[in-house]
Amino acid sequence: MSDDLLFFTEVTLAGLGSGALLALTALSFVLIYKATRVINLAVGETLMLGGYLFLAFAAGMGLPVWAALPLAIAGGGVLGAIVERGLIRPMLGKSPISVFMVTVGLGSVLVGLVEMLWGTDPRTLPGFIANTPVFIGEAYVSRKIVVAFIAAALVIGVFLALFRFWRGGVALRATASDQAAAYSCGINVPGVFSIAWIIGCATAAGTGVLLGAIGGISPSMGIFGLSALVVVIVGGLDSILGALIGGLGLGLIQAWTGSYLGGEYQSVVTFGLLIVTLVIRPYGLFGTHEIERL
Amino acid sequence: MAQGQDASDPILQVENIEVIYNKAVQALRGLSLSVPKGKVVTLLGSNGAGKSTTLKAISGLLGLEDGALSAGRILFDGQDISRMRPHDLVRAGLFHIMEGRRIFEDLTVEENLTAATFALSGRGVARTPFDLVYDYFPRLHERRHQRAGYMSGGEQQMLAIGRALIAQPKLILLDEPSLGLSPLLVEEIFTIIGRINRQTGVSMLLVEQNANVAMAIAHYGYIMETGKIQLDGPTEKLMHDQDVREFYLGHGGHGGEKSYRNIKHYKRRKRWLS
Repeated sequence: MSDDLLFFTEVTLAGLGSGALLALTALSFVLIYKATRVINLAVGETLMLGGYLFLAFAAGMGLPVWAALPLAIAGGGVLGAIVERGLIRPMLGKSPISVFMVTVGLGSVLVGLVEMLWGTDPRTLPGFIANTPVFIGEAYVSRKIVVAFIAAALVIGVFLALFRFWRGGVALRATASDQAAAYSCGINVPGVFSIAWIIGCATAAGTGVLLGAIGGISPSMGIFGLSALVVVIVGGLDSILGALIGGLGLGLIQAWTGSYLGGEYQSVVTFGLLIVTLVIRPYGLFGTHEIERL
Repeated sequence: MAQGQDASDPILQVENIEVIYNKAVQALRGLSLSVPKGKVVTLLGSNGAGKSTTLKAISGLLGLEDGALSAGRILFDGQDISRMRPHDLVRAGLFHIMEGRRIFEDLTVEENLTAATFALSGRGVARTPFDLVYDYFPRLHERRHQRAGYMSGGEQQMLAIGRALIAQPKLILLDEPSLGLSPLLVEEIFTIIGRINRQTGVSMLLVEQNANVAMAIAHYGYIMETGKIQLDGPTEKLMHDQDVREFYLGHGGHGGEKSYRNIKHYKRRKRWLS
């Protein structure tokens, strides 16, 4: 393999790795939006909190990784449950902008909380993935990125299967499609809201651990959520497929522009893409506006 | 005026309910009706009379539209249900087929039926086999893996009724099943609705604009206007009532040329005073 091609392959593989994490974050966002029509801007901060929870359990309390990881994910779930019951449900029926602002505020509160407890300095998570690189063919990839990619792919696969084959997945999609009709079928709609927030925030927290394992954690890592927001707007706010394709696509594009054009082009290209998509397809590449039957 | 029928064993009793939307607009003003076990009762009335509101008040879906029950009470199977959550009501056996069918468009036919199985949660009954629905509506079987949103209006109405069958209810509230369907399909659907009532013994409260078809399958009828019942009686009797024939069944009562202008004028002068 020529050097150029090798370099391209390595960049592409790294892009797929970060793309998988973007897809996972986007999935967390889409899950909550689909079920409850709430735009959760605190998704990035939930992700950050997941990283810090893992730090607290693994480094602070000295728990082994196999215990600290599920605990961090569960912590995200608990946060989701509390937020849904305490902040979102009382806002039911209020204007979407108000609910949206509540999630913005929630994000700031989470950042403040983490800074109070752990300080503002970046931290590294206790290493639970070996540093030895993986070679795919001749291409070199960091093992952490490979692990993150596989974990994200597994979680996404499980989600897709659940949505399709689990009865609760049908309840979730039914609620997303028509809330009043879901009630009329005996579906516990508030219960569905709760579960969507719990699973969504748990997913974000788990993603935060993976992301932190690669690049360390800091109170400002919630910025990652902004890229995920681009993914869901491009992919369609309510489209799981859009989250996956958009996540991987954006990961690749960011990796390619970062390596070939330079880091300063990353945001230009990312947000340029956002604008072009919105002009051509305002509801996202895969978002539904409504089925139109002729 | 509405002195109620022989209510020996009603599944549903609505007593003097009032409904207010947005804390300002009163939609129902002291409405009462009752549905005997195993019977089909129809609720007729013109646009905006409050028929759909009545059904939503019973099934608890008013809250979703910022409406609230401000007076009266509703008894289902002898139990006051005015404060029950809508999904708990469904699980207690009261199924509301909403106006406009309201099927889950992004889901397949089969998934729509699966969604209705939540109505059986906590009841300790076996899951209804989907074949029950397919026996009544063979066309749904052909389309079971198809996205429901792409089906015709008639098929969507069949699916909406099919979901009710899955829920094994004691009472079905049916809101305008004829809406937007061709006359032929209306007849087909109403024949099946009548058959479901006879074969499963489920009670029904049927709201319709198309009074002719509704009267054909109902045992008892109520006629409402601006939030109140104005007239009620067994359907055979209503069908021979001069005013009902003229206003709801489309038979001119006064002979001679029929013109919209005359009817409107007449209607404005004489409302349901008797």
